[in-house]
Amino acid sequence: MIDQEAEQLEEAAERLTELALENGLDFFPMRYQVCPAEVLYSIGAYGMPTRFTHWSFGKAYQRMKTEYDHGLSKIYELVINSDPCYAFLLDSNTLLQNKLIVAHVLGHSDFFKNNAMFAGTDRQMVERMAVFADRIERFSHEYGSDEVEAFLDAGIAIQEHVDPFVRFGRTEGFREADGGVKDVIGYIAGHSRYLEEWQREILYMLRAEMLYFWPQMETKIMNEGWASYWHLKLVRELDLSDSEIVEFAKMNAGVIQPSPGRINPYYLGLMMLRHIEKKEGLKALFEIRETESDVSFIRNYLTKELAEEMDLFVFKQEERVYKVTAKDVAEIKDNLIRSRTNGGFPYLTVKDDDLHGRGELLLDNRYEGLELDRKYVERTLPLVHRLWGRNVHLRTIVDGQEKTYVYDGKHLAG
Amino acid sequence: MDKRLFVIARDDWSLHRKGEIDQERHKRKVKEAIRENLADLVSEESIIMPQGDKVIKVPIRSLDEPKFRYNTQDKPQVGQGQGGTQVGDIIGRAGEGDAAGPGKGREAGDQPGADYYEAELTIDELAELVFEDLKLPKLKPKAAPDLTVEDVRFEDVRKQGMISNVDKKRTLFEAIKRQALSGGLPGAAGAAAWSESGDDYGGYDADAGSGAAGAVPAPGTNDLAGTAARLGLTLGLHSAESAGVIPDSGASVPVLGPIIGDDLRFKTWEDIRKPQSSAVVLAMMDTSGSMGSFEKYVARSFFFWMVRFLRTKYENVQIRFLSHCTEAKEVDEDSFFRKGESGGTKCSSVYELAHAILDADYPPGQFNAYAFHFSDGDNLDSDNPATVKLASDLLEKVNMLGYGEIRQHIYGSKRLWESLAGLNSPAFVQAILKEKEDVFKTLKAFFGDEVAAS
Repeated sequence: MIDQEAEQLEEAAERLTELALENGLDFFPMRYQVCPAEVLYSIGAYGMPTRFTHWSFGKAYQRMKTEYDHGLSKIYELVINSDPCYAFLLDSNTLLQNKLIVAHVLGHSDFFKNNAMFAGTDRQMVERMAVFADRIERFSHEYGSDEVEAFLDAGIAIQEHVDPFVRFGRTEGFREADGGVKDVIGYIAGHSRYLEEWQREILYMLRAEMLYFWPQMETKIMNEGWASYWHLKLVRELDLSDSEIVEFAKMNAGVIQPSPGRINPYYLGLMMLRHIEKKEGLKALFEIRETESDVSFIRNYLTKELAEEMDLFVFKQEERVYKVTAKDVAEIKDNLIRSRTNGGFPYLTVKDDDLHGRGELLLDNRYEGLELDRKYVERTLPLVHRLWGRNVHLRTIVDGQEKTYVYDGKHLAG
Repeated sequence: MDKRLFVIARDDWSLHRKGEIDQERHKRKVKEAIRENLADLVSEESIIMPQGDKVIKVPIRSLDEPKFRYNTQDKPQVGQGQGGTQVGDIIGRAGEGDAAGPGKGREAGDQPGADYYEAELTIDELAELVFEDLKLPKLKPKAAPDLTVEDVRFEDVRKQGMISNVDKKRTLFEAIKRQALSGGLPGAAGAAAWSESGDDYGGYDADAGSGAAGAVPAPGTNDLAGTAARLGLTLGLHSAESAGVIPDSGASVPVLGPIIGDDLRFKTWEDIRKPQSSAVVLAMMDTSGSMGSFEKYVARSFFFWMVRFLRTKYENVQIRFLSHCTEAKEVDEDSFFRKGESGGTKCSSVYELAHAILDADYPPGQFNAYAFHFSDGDNLDSDNPATVKLASDLLEKVNMLGYGEIRQHIYGSKRLWESLAGLNSPAFVQAILKEKEDVFKTLKAFFGDEVAAS
C-alpha cells in the first residue's frame, strides 16, 4: 500500500471510530493488521492465527486459497473476539473497501464486547491458543507426530460436543433432566480410564477452543446483521466522492445480497434489525444485540410480514429436484431454528459410562426431527472408541424407531 | 481523541507459513490414501482410454473429517427467493450443489449424503505413484551404450570457480567469520544477535502476553513471545513508532563490511555417468476372437502402464508390439492398443515372431531383452507343445519372460497356463488375472523387486 493511501486509511479509521462512539457503539480497542491473502486465508482456515497445526486446517486453507485464486470467493476481513480486538485486512483492498471493513468490524467488536453469549469467552484466547499450539508441538516431539495427529483426529471428531454453559475450568456441565451430560468431550477427558495425561490435556484444549468459538456459531445471523447495519450507517456519514459511492454500493450489494435458494446471514440479520428499528427504535436494537442469540432472535422477531417481504420459503428435495413446500412463517421459523439449534450439530449426551457393568460408554442422541447420517456414524464411532478404550454405544432414532449402534473395537453393530 | 482506540499495522508476514505446511501434510495424506487405492485406479477405464494429461477425480473417504452429523438429504430447509415464490415452485436440481440450505459448520450441508473428499490428480501424478517401486528386473550391463543416464551432483565447495556458481551463503559466512576474527564487525556476536533481537517482536509481550498466562497450565509469557515469534506473528501490536524494525533501518544493526576475493566460495560439480544397459521389450498380445472385451481391456491396461512406465523411467528402451491370432505380426503402437482381430489362436506364432525379431535386430550380449505375453490361454490344443518349446528356447535369449493369463472363470482346463507351468526357469514369471484390480498386482509381479533377486 502506498504511503498516501496508508495515511488516508488512518484518517478514515479515525473518523469512523469517532462516528461509532457518537452512535453509542462500545467496542474493544482495535488492532488492524494489513496482510497478504495467504495470511488472511490461513487465519480463516484455522479460526485463529496462533492455533495448533493439523492437516484438516491445511485442507480448509487449500480450498479457500484455491477459490480465491480462481476468483470464486474473497474474504475482505477477519475479526477476532479478543481484547484488544484484532481485525485483519486484505492488503489488496482498496481504500474504500477498507473504510467499509473498518466500519463493519467496529460493529463486530461491539457485539463481541456486549452480547451475553460472549460474556464468558476468554478475551486472551489469541495467546492461550499459542500456548496450546506449543504444548501440542511438544507432545509431537515426545510421543511422535503421527501418534499425536491420530489422537487429534479423534478429539476433533467430537469437539463440538461441549456444554456451552461451561466457560471456565474443568468443571463438568449441568446434568440434564434425564441425567445425561452434554459435555461429552470434557466427560471423556475426565473419565476415560484409557487415556494418558497428555491425551487428556489435548481434549481439554480442544474443548476450551470450542467453548471460545461456540458463541460465534450461535450468533452468526445477529452478529453479521449488526455489523452490516453499522457499516451502512457509518460509511454513509463519511464524505465520499461520487466514484466511492458507486464502489460502496457495489461492494455492499455483494456482501448482503440474497443468494437464490439459500439464506445469507448478513442479509437476513440486517433486514430483521432494520425492521425492528422501524417499529421500536434504535434503543431496542442495542438491547437485542445484548440479550439475544440467533435462535431467540428468530423466534421473537421473525414476523410474517418480514418473511413475505424477504420471500422466505421452506424447500426440500423431492426426487431429483428441490421444491418449495411452504411459505408459512411458523414453518419457516421452525426450520430455521432447528438448523441453528446447538450450532447445527446433533445433540449428544453421555448417558452411562459403565454400561453392562463393563465400563462401556453410552451416548444418547436427543432426537429433534432430524436423523443422523449413518455413513458418518460408521466412521465417527470408532474414533470415540479410540478415546474411550472400551465398547461405545450410540442410541438414536432410525426410520422412526429407537436404535443403538455399538462399536466394539472391530465392528459396528446396529 | 484517544489514539489507543485503534492501531493500523503492516507487519512482515513472510514467516507465517502454517497454512502451506499443513496443506502439504494434507496432500501427503491424500497421496497415501491414493496409494492404498492404486489397484482400483490402475484399471480405471477413464484413465486407459483417452490420451493427454487428463485430470481424474478420486473419491477418498478417509479424508473427510468424521463427525456426527444430520442426514439432511430430503429434509426441509429454508431458502430465499427474489420475490413471488409460490409453494410448488422448483428452485433447483439435486446434484447441482447450489441449492443447499444454510450451511452447517465449514463443509457439512454442502453436499448432503456425500461422505468423501474428492482428490484431483493428473495421470502423471498417478503414474508416479504406480511406478514408485517398479523397475526392469535382472537388468545387466551390456555393450551397446545408448542407454545412459547422466546426472550432475554438486558435491564440493572450492575457492576457485566460475562466478555464476558462487555459493552465496558460504561466501557470506566466510566474510562474517573473517571480519569477526579481525574484530572488524561491530557487535561481533553478529549472526546470533540478529535472530534473537528482542526488537523484532518487542511489542508483543509488553502489551498482550500479560493477561493470558494465569489461565493455563503452561509456560510463562516468555514462551508466549517465543511462540509468536517462531510463528511469525506479531498480531498488530507494533505501534507506529516500531513499525520499521526490519533489519535495514536501525542504526544499531550490524553492518557487514566488503566481501573480498578470499571470502568467495564456489560450488563445483561432477558428472555422474551411470553405466546403463540397452533394453528391448516385446509386448505380445493375443487378439483372437476368444479374447472378449474384458480380456482385451485387461491386457491393454497392463501394456498401457508398462509402456508408460518404461518410457518414464528409461530413456531409450525399445518397445516392439506384436499381436497374434493364428498368425502373428508386428504392428505399430496405435493399432496395438486399438485394433482387435478375430479368429482362432495359435500362440506359438507370436513366440516364433519374437525369436525372429530378436535374432535379426538384437544380438545377444548387447541387449537386455524382455518379453511379455498376454492371452486368455485358450490356445489350440495341438499348438501347446510347440508353444512351450518356443517359450523355453526364448528363455535362453531374454532376461525375463512374463506370461499373463486373463480368465474370469476358473473352469476350462487345458489352458496354455498348465502347459507353460512346466517351464522351470527363474526367468519365467506367470500371473493369472481374474479381475481388473489384478492389473496392478501383475505390474508389481513383473516389474517389482521380488523377481529382481537373481
